[in-house]
Amino acid sequence: MMEATIQFTVNGQRRSVTTDPARPLVEVLREDLQLTGTKVGCGEGQCGSCTVLLNGRTALACQTPVAQADRQTVLTIEGLAAGATLHPIQEAFLAQGALQCGYCTPGMIMGVAGALLDKPQPTAAELRAHLEGHLCRCCGYPRILDALERVAELTRRITP
Amino acid sequence: MTTEPRTGGHSTPDPTADALVLPDCGISRRSFVQWLGAGLLISVGAGPALAQRSGGRGGGGARSVSARVHLGQDGRITVLSGKVEMGQGARAELSQAAAEELRLAVGQVTMILADTSVVPDDGTTAGSRTTPATVPAVRQACAAARQLLVELACRRFGVQPGEVVVRDGQIAHAASQRTATYADLAQAGETAKAFERAIPAEIELTPVQAWRVLGTSVPRPNGRDLVMGTHAFPSDVRRPGMLYGKVLRPPSYGARLSSVDLAVAQALPGVVAVRDGEFAGVAAPTSLRAREALAALATTARWEELPQPSSSEIYDYLRQRAQGGVPANPFTAELAAAQQVLRQTYRVPYVQHAPLEPRAAVAEWEGDRLTVWTGTQSPFGYHRELARAFQLSEDNVRVMVPDFGSGFGGKHSGEAAIEAARLARAAGRPVSLTWTRAEEFTWAYFRPAAAIDIEATLDATGRLTSWYFLNLNSGGAAVDTPYRAGAARSRFIASNSPLRQGSYRTLAATANNFARESFMDELALAAGVDPLDFRLAHLEHPRLRAVLEAAAQRFGWRERVTARQPSLGVGLACGTEKGSYVAACAEVTIDSVTQQIAVRRVCEVFECGAILNPANLRAQVQSCIVMGLGPALREEMRFAHGKMLNASFAQYRVPRFSDLPELDLHLLARPDLPAAGGGETPIIAIAPAIANAVAHATGTRVRQMPIRLPEAPTA
Repeated sequence: MMEATIQFTVNGQRRSVTTDPARPLVEVLREDLQLTGTKVGCGEGQCGSCTVLLNGRTALACQTPVAQADRQTVLTIEGLAAGATLHPIQEAFLAQGALQCGYCTPGMIMGVAGALLDKPQPTAAELRAHLEGHLCRCCGYPRILDALERVAELTRRITP
Repeated sequence: MTTEPRTGGHSTPDPTADALVLPDCGISRRSFVQWLGAGLLISVGAGPALAQRSGGRGGGGARSVSARVHLGQDGRITVLSGKVEMGQGARAELSQAAAEELRLAVGQVTMILADTSVVPDDGTTAGSRTTPATVPAVRQACAAARQLLVELACRRFGVQPGEVVVRDGQIAHAASQRTATYADLAQAGETAKAFERAIPAEIELTPVQAWRVLGTSVPRPNGRDLVMGTHAFPSDVRRPGMLYGKVLRPPSYGARLSSVDLAVAQALPGVVAVRDGEFAGVAAPTSLRAREALAALATTARWEELPQPSSSEIYDYLRQRAQGGVPANPFTAELAAAQQVLRQTYRVPYVQHAPLEPRAAVAEWEGDRLTVWTGTQSPFGYHRELARAFQLSEDNVRVMVPDFGSGFGGKHSGEAAIEAARLARAAGRPVSLTWTRAEEFTWAYFRPAAAIDIEATLDATGRLTSWYFLNLNSGGAAVDTPYRAGAARSRFIASNSPLRQGSYRTLAATANNFARESFMDELALAAGVDPLDFRLAHLEHPRLRAVLEAAAQRFGWRERVTARQPSLGVGLACGTEKGSYVAACAEVTIDSVTQQIAVRRVCEVFECGAILNPANLRAQVQSCIVMGLGPALREEMRFAHGKMLNASFAQYRVPRFSDLPELDLHLLARPDLPAAGGGETPIIAIAPAIANAVAHATGTRVRQMPIRLPEAPTA
């Protein structure tokens, strides 16, 4: 196997990894960069647990060869909070108790982050549509919907 | 490749608390002991023998106060339990239990769960036992600790225990204006000695009327780490020099490995390949390299396959293998005298738990000492299992269970830990092993398939005169009817399952209740009585009646059941298991073209005695209903010749956002009764309520799960 050097920006930091360019991005994040907040729930693009932002758009990191991230910008759940200050999406999930085991939570939150970049003032229903590809096996969907309501309401308070 | 030590595990706002759960992750054992403080404390280095084991079946495995409660020199309270957190809320509930009895806020309690070298064995986290067994055990120990501290303070003050008040970790004697904090008392050598005392069997617990912490909606204590992605689940644990493992799986059930050549896999850079009898696997510096090595191994493997049954013939297969045969209905007199005899068979297929985090473990050897981090509901079961598998003394094994990514009864086993340990021993380095989704669907144990026969008789007034109920293969949970049914016999008959089967949220109660509650509607129809009235006429148990009547009323059952609309139906069902009571009403619509069933609304009333954490209980009830929609409408494992045919989320559809019905939940509080667990029983009413609603809408009785109308294409 030929290795390649991938240079990209991850959570605001320049990173360089020399590796097989076919490796899924999620494995490079988790195994090389110690960013284990991004989860693997299925490896087949069916659960959304590995959702990250690639150049500001949601991407399934289990379906994205790391080569596609070369010279691009990746944001993972670890990069969402500003230091100890949670991002409002994280605050909303926490405040609404929108997690049980929490394994789907980083992917859900990054899915919402991607939806907000797509449309800054979405309705809760639009956010929900964005998350249709995300699974919560604890089936805590009602609480997650509460969190989406809260996020949608927060965005409505922002004057563009 | 990981080279940096990393601290992981459960976190609390105090960063040093990480060291408590994963003290080997870059934190020395010495610092673990130091953090806990002196005097009262176990020494971790002395091994697991010091954590008291007392069977733990009852869910409360600590004998002495110090085996359950530690008081740091700074006054900080650390509570130990062998229970695990997998999303069901044990961490919050046990923290509440401790805080309540120690007169502290929840945030002042650090809870260490499921590290077998420091916690008592509280048994498997299963059967909804944490609430009725472990919560009281923790409360007892903490109440005993509080009493000891009060006694010590009173001795200092020269006053009687009845004269002091305990609040926020401080014992105050108002008359003399003297106070002693838990920290003050922790300094005294006599405190350590006192904590070595046994927990008294009889000790007064805080009565429900005086609860300040229990009974409130305390959120998940480590929720912040979960939303930040910083909590290390078992699959996230990273160790210096760690490799990633993969295991060679047979091509079908029962296949035996006759030969495999390790050479090609081993030739790959950094790869270790192992064969030990039926076990073959690889460990490599990255998961991709491990997959390549596994593929190389697989091409050289030769297997002996055996004939295996297929899902299409499974019910006949199980019936033919019923142990001792299928006994005939003994109620011949009732059968002869009956006005009507009804007999039906219901079928429930194998389903998978599909926890979002698959089985995962990291194993690390230091000489003959084995440490594993894994997601299992049975930490001590797997502690012993690992000791047996590797012929180690139990003191040389340590199992740590970081809060993990769900279980639903599917993670009583610890296969990944044993596999990772085998690979780690061969590699001489720590190995992380996470099952793939396909492995989880194929090689994890299944919820058992069931064929359930019911025969019942009605007299001329529409009363049940006999009831004969046989569950073939899936189990005896909730097999007995809660109704007054005349001569009644209900039995579970074991069979020979071709698939590995085991527990699942509320075990066979779901299958048994599906069959029973569907059949109750069929009997009501035969008797010409409304299904609600038919049930109430045969139901004496006041708690079950209460939830049934409440659900019917909230749903508007009487008006809805008579107001017929095309393609729309309503159904109800109720049941009891594990000391709790549930009733559900469902509204379904049927697509006139595809015959697809959509559940539009569910009204469920649940009662489990006193409520320890209302928000968490509500989440569990919601979760049960929505999770229950999966096997009710879509989930079934299909297999042929020992191979799974739908081992992926693309082919095995579990509930998604779009499946969410309108939910009207009501928790009936009974603070006068002891608290029972609530994470299982709420699942048992949903499938029969849907089947009954479908029959109401269409006149077609579907007697199997998943519930599908004949015209509908299979999912």
